[in-house]
Amino acid sequence: MDYFLSEEQKMIVETARQITNEYIIPHRAALDEQDKFPRTILNAMAQADLFGIPVPEEFGGFGGGCLDIVLALEQLGRGCIGVGTAFAASSLGIYPILQAGSQEMRERYLPDAAAGKKFAAFGLTEANAGSDASGIQTTAVLDGDEWVVNGTKQWITNGGEAQIYTIVAITDRSKGPRGASMLVVEEGDPGFSCGPKEKKMGIRASSTTELIFKDCRIPKDRLIGRKGTGFITIMKTLDSSRPGIAALGLGLAQAALDEAACYAKQRVQFGKPIIAFQAVQHMLADMAIQLEAARALVYGAARHIDAHPQNMSKVSSMCKVFATDMAMKVATDAVQVMGGYGYMREYPVEKMMRDAKILQIYEGTNQIQRNVVGQELNKEYARVSVNG
Amino acid sequence: MKIIVCIKQVLDAKDVHLDPVTNNLLREGVPSIMNPYDQYAVEEAVRLKELLGGEVTVLSMGPPQAEDVLRQAISCGADHAVLVSDRAFAGADTWATSYTLAMAIQAIGAFELILCGKQAIDGDTAQVGPSLALRLGIPFVTCVQKVRQATDSGLILERMMDDGYDVLSVDYPALLTVVKDINKPRVPSLKGKMRAKKIEIRKLTAADIGADPLCIGLPGSPTQVEKVFSPPVRSQHTVFTGSIDEQIDQLIDSLKAYL
Repeated sequence: MDYFLSEEQKMIVETARQITNEYIIPHRAALDEQDKFPRTILNAMAQADLFGIPVPEEFGGFGGGCLDIVLALEQLGRGCIGVGTAFAASSLGIYPILQAGSQEMRERYLPDAAAGKKFAAFGLTEANAGSDASGIQTTAVLDGDEWVVNGTKQWITNGGEAQIYTIVAITDRSKGPRGASMLVVEEGDPGFSCGPKEKKMGIRASSTTELIFKDCRIPKDRLIGRKGTGFITIMKTLDSSRPGIAALGLGLAQAALDEAACYAKQRVQFGKPIIAFQAVQHMLADMAIQLEAARALVYGAARHIDAHPQNMSKVSSMCKVFATDMAMKVATDAVQVMGGYGYMREYPVEKMMRDAKILQIYEGTNQIQRNVVGQELNKEYARVSVNG
Repeated sequence: MKIIVCIKQVLDAKDVHLDPVTNNLLREGVPSIMNPYDQYAVEEAVRLKELLGGEVTVLSMGPPQAEDVLRQAISCGADHAVLVSDRAFAGADTWATSYTLAMAIQAIGAFELILCGKQAIDGDTAQVGPSLALRLGIPFVTCVQKVRQATDSGLILERMMDDGYDVLSVDYPALLTVVKDINKPRVPSLKGKMRAKKIEIRKLTAADIGADPLCIGLPGSPTQVEKVFSPPVRSQHTVFTGSIDEQIDQLIDSLKAYL
């Protein structure tokens, strides 16, 4: 389908596609087997300016919007969503600075982030604060000209690999949700360390660690925006970033469909290629239908977000749920079409199926996304009557 | 440091077929690409620029659509692009081509280094690089597989040989032809692509470079193509024996059978 992309958007697709074909696909199996962080690939992406896509031109970036990053992530996801996640998490990590940081803070961090010289990470989740962000235990207390941070973040993507960490900490517990603030912690700050790499089911090219703060002292000006605005910044960040996760789902599903369809044309049983059997054809058709529907929704949501509407939570959550549930289904069906071969590590769909699962869990579980959509509907229908 | 890279637009070899009756190249619908060896030359030039500072100019002789490969080179990090294009250049062999490129380079101005691909994948002669160096009166090194050291005064290089490599040093000005082992060309960057879209390509005609009409195009080309044919697919082979001279005589005699 033609989605009427601009010249610049076609360039982004072409560049990300080339990186995916030349750098990711030939190495993805080894990265998965060895739990290896894809530094060489990320350097190639930096060289090709992909890290600059979300950064304004004044800081050396491309000044792109949500659809631009979606298009890049879709291509990367076609190769490996582990690599795509490492890239996406770096964008996520700088988003709070982009959204709410002071001019000085933007000047300090964004040029290096745009050039891919420094990677970023986003630190929200803790042992007792996942879907329920109000359970955050990490604190930041002002002591003279420094914040003193204490606590532990869990399952942080790019942990140990990033140089810039944007984290949320409680700065005033008595104020509830208005008592959380976001801060920048840098690699090497005293009292800051990362835990060992977690062993995961999938996306094993990405690094996932704890962030440990023990009387970690950072300068006062590391506060992002005003004190107490942490949750607002997080919500805005996640609203903008969720279509990117949806895009990884699009790419993964496209790759799974490609593998399954090519296999079905070659695999002969009962004297015919199995694509000639209606049972297989219908599975492939459903995969293609769901994928295209998801793509239309994700691109539409990204364009909606690029128009800077007042409220983007609903469409952002809708596209994340639909595209990532679709990716899980399509990857599972690709394994089914390929039968025993699909289950073997020799073929890439086995990894795709393991990888796909995380898309339904991270950046807000799909259950939480449905809550968001449901709550928005509840608000909307308080104003709208049945007869319109 | 000023570096000039000579590049050529060629048909994508993956899609090239000969008309079985006329033996002409079937060009219709076949995409044109930058000669693959030239991509390595562009990449090496950009790396040397990043190391030593300076500018990279890409130069191509060809029809107006050769602009595409010049823009591609810009997207990969080259700074300027020059297209030498004129109907009078049509039919040029390697001799006329090296004359035209030499005249164009003199029109462009001073340089320290010229890079070329080892050969173009269409003609496969590997003659234009060395011939261009001779016309400019500068030293050349062919089949460079690695730049070991680069300074403001010269280079230390590895030249690929059948049974290993030579290590050579060369002072500027010089010309190198490169093989694909020398580097891995980068993916064109987004900013590079934006620049490539907008950049103005300098266009030079035969008159602009002061070319002698008898030295360019068909009149300047001593090579005449007698016949083009697809070699028959054969599995048998012949081993010639005797002294080297005898073997060469036998080889020539057997090749004459195909003329």
